[in-house]
Amino acid sequence: MRLRLVPENTSWDFFSRARMWLGISAVLVVVALGSFFLQGLNYGIDFRGGTTIRTESTQAIDVGAYRDALAALDLGDITIVEVNDPTFRADQNVAMIRIQAQDGQESVTSEVIDSARVALQAVSDDIKFVSVESVGPKVSGELIQTAAIAVVLAIGAVLFYIWLRFEWQFALGAVAALVHDVVLTIGVFSELQIRFDLAIIAALLTIVGYSLNDTVVVFDRVRENLIKYKSKDLKEVLNLSINETLSRTFMTSVTTLLALIALFVLGGDVIRGFVFAMIWGVVVGTYSSIFVASAILLRLGVKRDWSKPVDTTGNQFGDVDA
Amino acid sequence: MLQIDLWKRVLIWAVIVLGLLLAMPNAFYTRVETANDASAAIELGADTTENRDAAAEWPSFLPSGLVNLGLDLRGGAHLLAEVLVKDVYEARMEAFWPDVRDALRGERDKIGTIRWNSEAVKNGELRVRISKPEGMEHALEIVRGLARPVVSLTGAGATDLEVRGEGTEIVVTLSEAEQQATDERTLRQSLEIIRRRIDEVGTREPTIQRQGFDRILIQVPGLGSAQELKDIIGTTAQLTFQPVVSRASSADQAPGVGNEILPSLDEEGVFYILEQTPVVTGEELTNAQPSFDQNGRPAVSFTFNAAGARKFGDYTAENIGSPFAIVLDGEVISAPVIQSHIPGGSGIITGNFTVEESTNLAVLLRAGALPAGLEFLEERTIGPELGQDSIDAGKIATIVAFVAVLVFMAASYGLFGIFANIALIINIGLIFGMLSMFGATLTLPGIAGIVLTVGMAVDANVLVFERIREELKTAKGPARAIELGYEKALSAIVDANITTFITAVILFVMGSGPVRGFAITLGLGILTSVFTAIFVTRLLIVMWFERRRPKKIEV
Repeated sequence: MRLRLVPENTSWDFFSRARMWLGISAVLVVVALGSFFLQGLNYGIDFRGGTTIRTESTQAIDVGAYRDALAALDLGDITIVEVNDPTFRADQNVAMIRIQAQDGQESVTSEVIDSARVALQAVSDDIKFVSVESVGPKVSGELIQTAAIAVVLAIGAVLFYIWLRFEWQFALGAVAALVHDVVLTIGVFSELQIRFDLAIIAALLTIVGYSLNDTVVVFDRVRENLIKYKSKDLKEVLNLSINETLSRTFMTSVTTLLALIALFVLGGDVIRGFVFAMIWGVVVGTYSSIFVASAILLRLGVKRDWSKPVDTTGNQFGDVDA
Repeated sequence: MLQIDLWKRVLIWAVIVLGLLLAMPNAFYTRVETANDASAAIELGADTTENRDAAAEWPSFLPSGLVNLGLDLRGGAHLLAEVLVKDVYEARMEAFWPDVRDALRGERDKIGTIRWNSEAVKNGELRVRISKPEGMEHALEIVRGLARPVVSLTGAGATDLEVRGEGTEIVVTLSEAEQQATDERTLRQSLEIIRRRIDEVGTREPTIQRQGFDRILIQVPGLGSAQELKDIIGTTAQLTFQPVVSRASSADQAPGVGNEILPSLDEEGVFYILEQTPVVTGEELTNAQPSFDQNGRPAVSFTFNAAGARKFGDYTAENIGSPFAIVLDGEVISAPVIQSHIPGGSGIITGNFTVEESTNLAVLLRAGALPAGLEFLEERTIGPELGQDSIDAGKIATIVAFVAVLVFMAASYGLFGIFANIALIINIGLIFGMLSMFGATLTLPGIAGIVLTVGMAVDANVLVFERIREELKTAKGPARAIELGYEKALSAIVDANITTFITAVILFVMGSGPVRGFAITLGLGILTSVFTAIFVTRLLIVMWFERRRPKKIEV
């Protein structure tokens, strides 16, 4: 007995509600963009400069006491978060403290870090500073720029590759799906105010890769079926292709998700945001390769017979016998 | 039908064996690491029985390359520093003033009195006011005559100064070609100095890299804090010029009162007895650069500031024919003989240098002090505990992810799933093999990349298996179905993986630090997973098929 995620020989109609799905996607994109522009992202220090200190102590963490100790130093905006994680030992109490970039200072000052250390040591005597990271505003500005360029470059490169291998309609469909995935992922980070740092950019680019992976597999089948069934309607060909690849689409998504969920639960809090972005991306990417990429391909239409030059102009029955 | 040539089979197995062999040391990480450290120590001369025993822990005929652990996994300090290259312009212009003064002094009747505007030097300009503006052309000509050709590959033919008149002021700046050459030199000197300082501390595998144009990335694993690293870099190495009393052949000789005995930097067994009080120190040196002597042989020219120039001039005038030593951190770099009186604070060191040696010496000469200030843009300290926690969590997560995928594949595809699983295990081995071979660095996101690969690596197999299922429906017999399955799935596999690979490459090029670590494992993972899916799984299936010759298969 084999495990089957999808029944054999499905012939579901994915386009009967195409408008609805595109509508839902459009709404989600608008919400994501709205959140991005209204409340922005919870940027980590990589992108806005400042200092994060990760502390560890065997004593329970009193966030209020930490805050009072640091407030006396007049360091501007300070966030203190207690971190809980199933991978921690029983007496492992972890806090993340973020101090904003100090005004008028291009580089990082160790005085700030040292004064914070001393102040915290007064509160909790066995406190350990397991990581201290500072990024100056100069670098953080550049990092965000490089990151944006990387995402745009990746999308551009992929657009070009698919255009080369398929047709421009396919490329547009794939890239629409990509942009959809990236926007929704950035959106969820904005909506839930999850910390957005350099690693998330890596996750975003992986989502770009993964989403494409999915879309390309469907498109590859579409290309094959378009040649095989020359007289079939584009909609039918798309439906057939999606149904034929459905089993694979689910298998791959599930294996990837299995691996990612293991990492999400057991991988520790340091990379949890990163893994969350990937999980979200895999789910959205799978959805979009069917409901966005293919739906857009259907709207754009495809020049059917690209293997030969069009020599049937003026003869409307030119390829009836094909 | 289903056939794979013998040479292909041998090649595939060879790649697998090689990959796994390269990956193997990582399974015995601590043991191999101690053995490697001991071997390195023996090579450096610490040939003790203790080290020999430690080195013998790991047989030398086995590969011993290990995956480097990134700072986030091992703990340590990270600094990104920007070199303030413009500092050097200021020093150069300041040191140039005496030359200009001396040159113009003799022309007072034409240009009047001269006055230095010492404020302007902060902008890298030398501004000199003359009281007779009508003599400007003449003055400019004289100052231009002081310019020297630029010594660099790109700036060949250009001179190092740009001289123009602004009203009653002569304005001298470094020419663009010279600025570029100077910046390049400043960066090289800074890198060299930082490297020397960190090497002295003797930590394992520090990374000291130039980043972009004027930045230096420094990562030292195992260091307590970034502050500690800053202190190490900030310590000034001592450069001195000392009179030589005599040469000696051992360090035990008595140097005499007021003298000291120091070893030579590159000649073993050669020692010099020097007067303890230096004539000048490196703090008074404003520039040192590779150049050529009058016979066209590589040499190093150097310039002192005003105070240094006077002391050096007086000393050389009195000691023509006797050697003096250039000493860096208690070692004699070289001990040239003074050929003539050296006024004006600039001189040239000749010797049997190659161009490369003269370049290195120029770098070393300035290695006494950092040539320009450093601004720290980024600093990170990661404690070893956090790194260990991350490794532990990553290990467990990887194992669980791995087992989940293995079970799932076997449940979905039966025997074929098991073939895919064997390929997956080989796949992970190959990733580690390649990481070790390239000496790549594994970071926490890198582990995530491997876990992601575990999930995605089966994709190529899934594509093939699903295709075989489809082909079986059209009933052409199992052998044909398998063959067609591979043939038809190939284009999807290739397209899908190339697109992902493109993003991995972009990540690698644009990213830094941990992100780059992720890009490496993702990219390698794609390569190995395509290899295992197309070749390894196929080989396994073909071997099984040849042995069993089933009439019917179920995928």
